[in-house]
Amino acid sequence: MREPQLEAREPLLDVEGLTVSFDGFKALDGMSLRLTSSSVRVLIGPNGAGKSTLCDAIIGHVRPVSGRVVFKGKDITSLPEYQIVRKGICRKFQTPGVLESLTVEENLALSARRHRECWRSFGRTLSGEGRACVNETLELIGLAEKRNMLAGQLAHGQKQWLEIGIVVASDADLLLLDEPAAGMSHGEAAQTAELIRRLSQWHSFLVIDHDMAFVAQLDAPVSVMHMGRLLKEGTLAEVRNDPQVAAVYLGRAEEVSRACA
Amino acid sequence: MRLKSVIDGLILIALALAPFYLSAYHLSLLGRFLALAIVSLSLVLIWGWGGILSLGQGVFWGLGGYALAMHLKLASLAPGDLPDFMMWSGLDHLPKWWAVFHSPALALTSVVVLPMAAAGALGWLIFHRRVGGVYFALITQALALAFSTLLISQQPYTGGFNGLTDFSTILGYSVNGPNFERGLYWVTVGALTGSFLLCQWLRQTNFGRVLVAIRDGENRVRFLGYNAMAYKTIAFAVGGALAGISGALYMLHVGVISPAMVGVVPSIEMVVAVAVGGRESLTGVILGTLLVNFCKDWISSAMPDLWLFVMGALFVLVVTAMRGGLADLAEFPFRKINLRQSRKTKRHDSVIAVEKEAEASKAG
Repeated sequence: MREPQLEAREPLLDVEGLTVSFDGFKALDGMSLRLTSSSVRVLIGPNGAGKSTLCDAIIGHVRPVSGRVVFKGKDITSLPEYQIVRKGICRKFQTPGVLESLTVEENLALSARRHRECWRSFGRTLSGEGRACVNETLELIGLAEKRNMLAGQLAHGQKQWLEIGIVVASDADLLLLDEPAAGMSHGEAAQTAELIRRLSQWHSFLVIDHDMAFVAQLDAPVSVMHMGRLLKEGTLAEVRNDPQVAAVYLGRAEEVSRACA
Repeated sequence: MRLKSVIDGLILIALALAPFYLSAYHLSLLGRFLALAIVSLSLVLIWGWGGILSLGQGVFWGLGGYALAMHLKLASLAPGDLPDFMMWSGLDHLPKWWAVFHSPALALTSVVVLPMAAAGALGWLIFHRRVGGVYFALITQALALAFSTLLISQQPYTGGFNGLTDFSTILGYSVNGPNFERGLYWVTVGALTGSFLLCQWLRQTNFGRVLVAIRDGENRVRFLGYNAMAYKTIAFAVGGALAGISGALYMLHVGVISPAMVGVVPSIEMVVAVAVGGRESLTGVILGTLLVNFCKDWISSAMPDLWLFVMGALFVLVVTAMRGGLADLAEFPFRKINLRQSRKTKRHDSVIAVEKEAEASKAG
């Protein structure tokens, strides 16, 4: 068992007092979070706590009314989305967002390209480096034999893996995974957790998930969100035994501890 | 892929040799429909691959047509004369922006550049604001209406409802007679081939892949670090340029360009022809354009009132029963297996979706 490290390494991402408001409803209310490089962090919280909104705000999909996002020491709060991505943050969406009429390989190639500017897109081929990255990722996600299949023809679990592959192939420093194990069998979820732990040597992960068995397998520090704010940070065991966290989950506290057991 | 290239080659040979086996009447029809096929190719690029439905392609088509027609109008005049419609409207001198079209080089350049710039500017303005889908289609349709209305209202400068006509020479050649018709036909086939190859090349580059990817999942592509707006704008501008070339060639074939040719109805007819041909297939839309327009010619000369109904019915048929158009019909024997497969995965997906919903309702 690795010891969870909250402050040991240099900070990669600093979310400072982020507030996002949808027509007066505060989806995020002064949320703060700090991530270090080469680490995994799990984000949990009841439905509507603002977990997905936090991801949206980090990558610029929604704009905060106050607060800022600092990545590698630079304020990225108001950059266009594609530039935030080019700085090194990539996100997997909640519903698999694979590009259905491209092949598995083309999906990965799009992400493995290091030059994403429009005027550099009139070549036909991928650089050798990019091709190596695609092949490596195909092995990693176990879809090497399906490389020429259309992504739309994959089964649901495979689409999830492909999108994880897309995010990994982008070689971003910070990967945001929104419910990566949703719709997977227990075996597949365990493999996914193993994959994330292995990749965390090179990338940092922020993982959102409800499945406590999956969270336990990730074996990483946990941040609990509630009402758009950070409620508690610690190991899974600490968080699980925290009375405040239990209260937040209300009637579902029992359910949570049963799932964790 | 090989087989497809062979078929494309055979079609090209058949088209290039058409002057030797078609009557003059049918050759002139074929020529103008092939000119229209170029605008269909532009719709494959922007709609079939880019997912941007433009109901105002007639605007860019018309810009190309009018740009060249202005030159022809000036070229047919004696030096110092004014075009007839200007005199009727009481103008006593040629406006500056008209006079520059004396230069054939400038006129030919503006056939491409004018619609390209207009499409690029419009695309940038709209895509910049993340407007797409139905809203984009409606904006472009409104634009087509505005464009034809503007042309009619500015009679002193545009020839109004009658448009521009009565041409005699282009680049020193007489525009009447069989030699011109035949030469123009081959120029049209050449332009169509060039446009076809341009689109095919674009589709095979990374640009084409990103464009198709944007159609399938704009957000996913944007969050891979691609500036979707730039890709869409470039595609739309290239589509505008192709439309302009198409309009100029068509204007040469029929010898006239008028507001009625560039408005809402012609713009929609272009889209219908593309839908019938199969909006993702370059070869498909060329054949679709020929089919729809020969049908139109035949039906509207037999029963003039019927054509609009037939066109509507065709569109409904294609949209409801055969989304891939003619091109899909040709590929049907190969597609069957894939269809079954994708249906299976779809079922699998929906089962999972139902399970997830049940889980969520249990949890909530």
